[in-house]
Amino acid sequence: MPNVIKSQKTPRLDMNPMTDLAFLLVTFFMLTTTFKTEEPLQVKLPYSQSQVKLPETDIMTISFGEEGRIFFGVDGKFTRERMLDLMGKHHGISFSPAQVQSFGLLNSMGVPVSNLPQLLDMPPAQRKEVAQPGIPIDSLNNELDDWIVFARIANPKIRVVLNGDQETPYPLVKRIMNMLVENNITRFNLITELEDRAS
Amino acid sequence: MIDKRITNLDEENSSRDARARRESVDIDMNPMVDLAFLLLTFFMLTTTFARPQAMELLMPVKPKADAIQQEQPVKESKTISIVLSGNNRLYHYQGITDPEVKAVSYGKEGIHRVLEEYKASIPGLVVLVKPQETSTYKNLVDVLDEMKASDIQRYAITEISLREKDLIKNHQP
Repeated sequence: MPNVIKSQKTPRLDMNPMTDLAFLLVTFFMLTTTFKTEEPLQVKLPYSQSQVKLPETDIMTISFGEEGRIFFGVDGKFTRERMLDLMGKHHGISFSPAQVQSFGLLNSMGVPVSNLPQLLDMPPAQRKEVAQPGIPIDSLNNELDDWIVFARIANPKIRVVLNGDQETPYPLVKRIMNMLVENNITRFNLITELEDRAS
Repeated sequence: MIDKRITNLDEENSSRDARARRESVDIDMNPMVDLAFLLLTFFMLTTTFARPQAMELLMPVKPKADAIQQEQPVKESKTISIVLSGNNRLYHYQGITDPEVKAVSYGKEGIHRVLEEYKASIPGLVVLVKPQETSTYKNLVDVLDEMKASDIQRYAITEISLREKDLIKNHQP
């Protein structure tokens, strides 16, 4: 026995507890993680003291930016595909299975329907590069209204979430809110960031 | 016979144990730790912990064309108007006819205190939020948030009239 001790000259670090710890943390993060979603429109959220958490499923998100661009997205692959189908029929545009597939993975988009096939044909990396002009809401061509209607047909349980930039001018906000009320959606959520009351 | 076999087995086991102890294999754990920490870093960076907060907003239902108007009139003395103006300016006044317009700031010392005072002095308070075209989404959210903070149950976002716009314009220096 003394022989053995003498032969160990360099002290050996036992790595096992460290491995245990690392894997414990890995497991924790793997289980709690929800991946950051790719948002084509960067918004600076307004602050509020509201502690209510955003619902995770059955939501349609209407994002609007400072410059007035509007983006639209719903959750759930099935809802997306069904919504696209209805939208395509309404506007007389047919989508290929590959385009439907691609739309099913698309979180949020902001192009007129006529440009949608083109956007869907792009590889995801290229899609990030192009500047999307926003969904038209002119009174003659109000596509946002159509999206809202078809999203509700595709998923009747859907709730509306507004994801707006702080500096968005009020007339645009009013227009979107009126559009929702016209569609008999009177309850909606505004995404905000938690504000420190002390400050 | 069975006993013998058991003892044999025991002997074999003990001899193997002895051998194992002698030439104990050391597994190098470092690559595994590396991998674990790599994964850990990846998940830590991609995760979003804080789900965003949401504020719930209830808008009045659009009145149906054929519905009988059953709107309850509100006493003028119980109405407070808050006008959201451009450049983060904020005004408030009580009543409708010939009101005294006062400017107020956002925040705890400004609008929050004003709302608390109104709430304490007027039972059944109704607040009308009137954003002007020049105001921003942030202004609206701030005011709605103050409604929640002051626990005011009855409030509505309404259109601002021309007369009220004039009132505000006259108040501005």
